[in-house]
Amino acid sequence: MFKNLIKISVVSLFLFTKLFAGIELLGAGATFPYPLYSKMFDVYYKTYGIKVNYQSIGSGGGVRQLMEKTVDFGASDAFLSDEELKKFPNPVVHVPITVGAVVIAYNLPGNPELRLTPSVLVDIFMGKIKKWNDRRIKELNPDVDLPGLEIIVVYRSDGSGTTFIFTDYLCKISDEWKKKIGKGKSVKWLTGIGAKGNEGVSAFIKQTPGAIGYIELAYALQNNIPFVLLKNKAGRFVKPSVKSVSLAADIELPNDMRISLTNTSAEEGYPISGFTWIIVYRNLYHGKLSYKKAKELVKLLWWMIHDGQKYCEKLHYAPLSEKAVKKAEKIIRSIVYKGTPILKQN
Amino acid sequence: MKKDKLFFSVLWITGFLFVFLFILIFFSLLKESFLSIKSFGISFLTSSEWDPVAEKFGMLPFLVGTLFTSFLSLLISLPFSMAIALFLGEYFKTGSISKILSYATDLLAGIPSVIYGFWGIYLLVPIIRKLEMKIGVPPYGVGILTASLVLSVMIIPYASSIAREIIKLVPQDLVEAGYSLGSTRYEVIKKIIIPYSFSGIFAGILLSFGRAFGETMAVTMVIGNYNFLPKSIFSPGNTMASVIANEFTEATKDIHLSSLIHIGLWLFVITFFINYLGNLVIKKYKVK
Amino acid sequence: MNSLRFKIIKDKVFEIFVIFLSFLSVVPLFIILFQIFIKGIKVINFEFFVSLPSPPGEKGGGILNALTGTLILILISLILSIPFGVMIGIFLAEFKNRFTDLLKDFVNILQSLPSIVMGILAYIWVVKPVGHFSALSGGVALSLMMLPLIIKSTEETLKMIPFTLKEASFALGASYVSTLWRVILPASAGGILSGVLIGVSRIAGETAPLLFTAFGNPFVNLNPLKPVESLPLLIFKYAMSPYENWQQIAWGGSLVLICIVLFFNIGLKFLVEKWIQKS
Repeated sequence: MFKNLIKISVVSLFLFTKLFAGIELLGAGATFPYPLYSKMFDVYYKTYGIKVNYQSIGSGGGVRQLMEKTVDFGASDAFLSDEELKKFPNPVVHVPITVGAVVIAYNLPGNPELRLTPSVLVDIFMGKIKKWNDRRIKELNPDVDLPGLEIIVVYRSDGSGTTFIFTDYLCKISDEWKKKIGKGKSVKWLTGIGAKGNEGVSAFIKQTPGAIGYIELAYALQNNIPFVLLKNKAGRFVKPSVKSVSLAADIELPNDMRISLTNTSAEEGYPISGFTWIIVYRNLYHGKLSYKKAKELVKLLWWMIHDGQKYCEKLHYAPLSEKAVKKAEKIIRSIVYKGTPILKQN
Repeated sequence: MKKDKLFFSVLWITGFLFVFLFILIFFSLLKESFLSIKSFGISFLTSSEWDPVAEKFGMLPFLVGTLFTSFLSLLISLPFSMAIALFLGEYFKTGSISKILSYATDLLAGIPSVIYGFWGIYLLVPIIRKLEMKIGVPPYGVGILTASLVLSVMIIPYASSIAREIIKLVPQDLVEAGYSLGSTRYEVIKKIIIPYSFSGIFAGILLSFGRAFGETMAVTMVIGNYNFLPKSIFSPGNTMASVIANEFTEATKDIHLSSLIHIGLWLFVITFFINYLGNLVIKKYKVK
Repeated sequence: MNSLRFKIIKDKVFEIFVIFLSFLSVVPLFIILFQIFIKGIKVINFEFFVSLPSPPGEKGGGILNALTGTLILILISLILSIPFGVMIGIFLAEFKNRFTDLLKDFVNILQSLPSIVMGILAYIWVVKPVGHFSALSGGVALSLMMLPLIIKSTEETLKMIPFTLKEASFALGASYVSTLWRVILPASAGGILSGVLIGVSRIAGETAPLLFTAFGNPFVNLNPLKPVESLPLLIFKYAMSPYENWQQIAWGGSLVLICIVLFFNIGLKFLVEKWIQKS
């Protein structure tokens, strides 16, 4: 009796898996674009029936999983440095998908609008400015009633592309930061508390009076968290938005699309903007994908930089400029399987 | 009979297989931690620097965090555990009230830890935050205290269930001898029942402690994810289990992953010792 | 006499103290259950059980992927742990020597091992060699947790079988094996089953071992070789997120999970009582 039960369950399990075997693509990485990817993959599934299982574990996690070949594609807002590229068993390519803004979000009673300059910002995150009613913050915001609350910095505890974009910016505007802390997906923060993912940081800021942290624009808007108007290189206090981000992205782009957009010279550009990429092996055979899967992955990427772009703006991400799309197309066309490009030339 | 001989040898084989499994667990952990052991040696236990960027790892902040929360939660939960044990084992051994309390205590143990964590975030953290704002401490809300409070509720049933069974087992003639000498119930409990059941009570305390020690999810959700030595009860921190939960999927460097597994190895070793020491103490105090 | 009155007061105060603390201990239980009920019931409807979670920020969504995932994981861990666990339980019940004492100690240690370590082990043994996350690795981690419970309940149940039963069977000339299969095991089925149910209710709520084994999946997945979602994993992710609609799903999921746990707990009591009545 017992034996029969086992037999039945094994057979039905097997049948089930055959029945429900569809193409499923597995990806992991950045939390930065997660609201957008989540929408894109949902639409893609409803349109084409292809399931994309994306786990937002942070850019660092995505890169690692891709290196270990436990996922089909990785996602990161920090492009791989030359050193990191060497660590990969086979060459990879970066496909840009969208541009986003890293905003400085905070929790203050009354949700006032704050303006900050780069030097005040970096001193807050270095722990030099400890209270909200500090003279230097007051100077920039004379009309705001700033409380004597302690400033609680919250940073990303996981390997984060958002951290990379933010610290990349801080390095550009502060030699001290560059020397003491530097830039990267993980850095040694001088003050504050760590949270996981853009989600974790947003949740923490939302619930903790006096908190300040850096998150992607979509998270701030979706959760009604106020954010800073930051003074850019041209001297203007810019509000992060699809427009100001697009202006920052309007620059000369390299062929492999590995470029930073921070501290833009654009007059109305938002200074902490950045691309986010999906990273795949150039030869998907090396990525341990079957030909069928590889084809679907390339089709997905093509869709994401064309039809998928229409979901960007609504979710507060800047769509790729025409120049960027052209470069991305070239990169996708260079993806091969065992030596033959997957996308037929047309 | 032949069939039986065959069967018995199969039994012995499964017995050995289990031991083999156990040994495999130890060696798997050891092998994967080797990189970390080689790189840091003893300093892994004494260093409080956990720096994935500089690739320097030391377990001390998490060891302290674990001990801090485990002992604190044990302290908080003990009066409650003992109260329940006495209630069900001595005062109200039978009856519908005791049945209800008994069910309720079992339920406490059955609630999944992620739900405790969820409750901790939404109910406890705002309260602690308000408390911290009143005292003038940074209002993280999360931290050692919050984690200990959640843990203490979770571990109440463990000490109480064992203690209660043991208390029930105290021979009635001993108890009645106490009464016949004019003792109050309180004195009988204090002077006869507790000493007699001490080994069982200790076993229960050990069980609660072990549970608090290894608890992962509820702690991860309310401890604040802070990789430095906690400075006070209101400080955020991390335990050995919670740092693994938080960082495992994102450890991009081999040395990072190896260090996390190294912590897992220590969890195994410490669990082993708690069990071993516990058994020793129980054997020593068991009244023949 | 003063000291006598003092003694009596101390006694009464102590009794009140004990009663007070006992009831205070279960107050958190009621608060948790109450809050989960109030917040979770809002999202519970038929849709909730049959739909997938919606992207962050969009209303609605459900837990179908988590429910099916939990089911698959439980199934896999049962398949892995029951045969092995029952055999070890029989072994421990039938033999007593230094080896079995050692074995018992090991079982106890395995039982108190933090669940995150099971996750690490499943990662080392399954995820790494296979190359990706899967329901199978999650099942392996969970089976390690089930094993001690099944071993213990099997052993205890077998020990309670009256020797006369076995004697009668031997007297009739039956071998040990057939006695086991035809007399002992059927008689202990209730006890063993109760161990299984305890195990199931325990692992249904486990999250830590699944963080880096089952990994998660926004879709329904019945293939044991692919990643899968589970109810507690989903609750964990969504509870920690800032999105209102996801937090709602987490509350609803918590209510469902609590009901599952309650079901097994109460169902268990029923079964045990029935079994005790039988014998």
